[in-house]
Amino acid sequence: MPSLDQIPVGTRGVILSITGEDVIAQRLMEMGVIDGEPFHLLRTAPLGDPLDVEIHGYRLSLRKTEAARVQVQIS
Amino acid sequence: MSHEPTTNPGKIIRLALLGNPNTGKTTLFNALTGLKHRVGNYPGVTVDIKKGSFTHQGTEFEILDIPGTYSLAPRSPDELISVELVLGLNHLEPKPDVLLVIADASNLERNLYLATQAFETGISVVLALSMMDLAEKAQIRVDAKSLSMQLGIPVVPIHSNKRIGLEELKQSLLEAVREKKTAALVPFPNELEDSSRKVLGILNESGSLFLARRLLLETDGFLSRNLLPLLGDGLKQAVEVERQSFASKGINPVSIEAKVRYGWIREIISPCVTRPSVKPVTWTDKVDRLLTDRIWGMVFFFLIMFGMFQALFTLAKPLMDLIDEGKAALGGILGDMIAEGMFRSLVVDGLLEGVGGVLVFLPQIAILFCLLAILEDCGYMARAAFLMDRVMAKCGLSGKSFIPMLSSVACAVPGVLATRVIEDRRDRLATILVAPLMSCSARLPVYSLMIGAFLTEGYPNWFPGIILFCMYLLGFILAPLGALLLKRTLLKGQGSPFLMELPTYKRPSFRMVWARVLDASWSFVRRAGTLIAASMVIIWAVLYFPTSHPQGGSYPEKIAEAKTPEEKDTLEAEWKKSSYLGRVGVLIQPVVQPLGWDWRIGVATLASFPAREVVVGTLGILFEAGSGEGEEVEQKLREILPKVTRTDDPSKPLFNIPVALSLMVFFALCSQCASTLVVIKQETRSWFWPVFTFVYMTLLAYVAALLTYQIGMMF
Repeated sequence: MPSLDQIPVGTRGVILSITGEDVIAQRLMEMGVIDGEPFHLLRTAPLGDPLDVEIHGYRLSLRKTEAARVQVQIS
Repeated sequence: MSHEPTTNPGKIIRLALLGNPNTGKTTLFNALTGLKHRVGNYPGVTVDIKKGSFTHQGTEFEILDIPGTYSLAPRSPDELISVELVLGLNHLEPKPDVLLVIADASNLERNLYLATQAFETGISVVLALSMMDLAEKAQIRVDAKSLSMQLGIPVVPIHSNKRIGLEELKQSLLEAVREKKTAALVPFPNELEDSSRKVLGILNESGSLFLARRLLLETDGFLSRNLLPLLGDGLKQAVEVERQSFASKGINPVSIEAKVRYGWIREIISPCVTRPSVKPVTWTDKVDRLLTDRIWGMVFFFLIMFGMFQALFTLAKPLMDLIDEGKAALGGILGDMIAEGMFRSLVVDGLLEGVGGVLVFLPQIAILFCLLAILEDCGYMARAAFLMDRVMAKCGLSGKSFIPMLSSVACAVPGVLATRVIEDRRDRLATILVAPLMSCSARLPVYSLMIGAFLTEGYPNWFPGIILFCMYLLGFILAPLGALLLKRTLLKGQGSPFLMELPTYKRPSFRMVWARVLDASWSFVRRAGTLIAASMVIIWAVLYFPTSHPQGGSYPEKIAEAKTPEEKDTLEAEWKKSSYLGRVGVLIQPVVQPLGWDWRIGVATLASFPAREVVVGTLGILFEAGSGEGEEVEQKLREILPKVTRTDDPSKPLFNIPVALSLMVFFALCSQCASTLVVIKQETRSWFWPVFTFVYMTLLAYVAALLTYQIGMMF
């Protein structure tokens, strides 16, 4: 089960779970990163971090450290 | 359609405006209030919370602009105040009568998350839908009527800049207050609802379903720590008991809220929103392919930054010169009107310099905020942060710190003001504290004087440029290092994660840009202006008094009687030495000696603490190059300084290359700008941080100048 920071750019998939029970996990979920949600990894920034992910019809930028907590299912 | 006259004509309706960032919330606030607002003063809060008012149908509305947020779950003092204001728990403001939630129609799911939280406050809610045009372009159709039916509250599509829907919105607000309609509530699992009801039962009249759920579901205990002591002991116990029961009930307090809310939102909006089956390629997608491209993205970024920087320098320069000229002209007129003496000096050299010292910052502030507002409103600001985040993360900051740091190369005052875009409190503070280390334009006169006098003649013609570049490099290296150190020590702690929305590109609105420029300029003049002017007057006084000449009479009289310009220059220099500031300068000679300086450089440096650019003028007076403005004095000083000899050993020159370098390094790093310190006070709402900045920068400057001189003397 890969995490969001490990998959290639352009991948579409579905969020499976989020690791951790802290503020960061809660913030991610408030922004719509919840299990069952489809996403599209659009790109990484020119220097490799952060990521640019389309989710809930909007674009969210998050760092790889946070993305590593998001397990995904590639479709 | 006729409206009934207001039932309660004397009553002011209190309205709180909330919404996600990038929804056009500020534009709506400005459109409703017509730019007239004041800033609420709430202790311990570093964000501006604006208050304004408007009248509709004879009823006055007072509107509170809650800072943009994705969720009403507070984790910092700034977020807590927003929640307190919305719930009416802040003793400085009455509870709102109605909440106006603004939501981006092109991104309804995530925007409604905040709205569902607002529904649970027990206060009437009206929903304004913005960005209908962007939604249309993305082929998303939102049926406001059916959404209103589903949510049980008025839903009004608006276009603030075109003033579409505003009257309807005001009418809905008025009716919402009268009718007290209740919104649809998100049903949470029964196990949690039991707990919520128990907690709600103990909460006093200030309680709401929202607060009960919030206390039960928060992960870090921030709200409990800050709010429970106010609400009573019994409640604290009840919350703890209920939270402990979650494990046995199978409730995960971290994920349940987001899952339940998003699940409900999706269900409720599905009949009201139609989306294209295949997402069309929008303009934003096309532009972003270029602007976030590995190579072209960086090229455009540096072009935009370079353009911004150039504009800041080249557009502000003539305006600043104009202010200086106006100041000189006005000084001349006033000088002729007022009789020679202390009063004239106070007005011309003290007050006028003080007021001029405030106004001179305005061109840079106005231009920078105009550019920042354009970048922010069109959506590029988030891309700049996206591109630069990796670099800034290395010094413990985020991409949002880049532009404030860069702006500080022109001037730290607008740079510090520009940190308002940084939401994370620690990141923002770290950026504010190191921004003044960037070499600003006021350091140029001293660099240019020293390089011109000591490091140009007899060197290859690329050499002066390299030295100048090294001076700038000092700030570029030390500011990020300082930020890293601060984030690892004083400002340690878990910050909020870097989760940033990349908004859809749109044409910046002229009104919005104008409002930002006006707001930044006016708040600088109003809040920092008086303090800056006052500090200028104080410095004038300690350089003016005492006036008595050792052989009787006073310096101003003797200077007026002086026959030759040389005699006048000598008297001016003596007067400065005997002034209070001069005496301190002489006293601290042992302190500055290890830097290779004598008392004259010491006094000139001391006199530059309120504003470093005055150093050339003060050096001019002390080394008898005559008082006066600008290039004339600098030219004269370049000739005089290499010939100046040491007071203790007249056979040796005072200045050599290590002395010139130590002076430049000192000026590069020292906190010699009262305006910056005052603005830091204004932005952090505390005297601690400006004092801290002053102390650390001055110590750093001293140590660096000491090392420069001592190492320089070894060669």
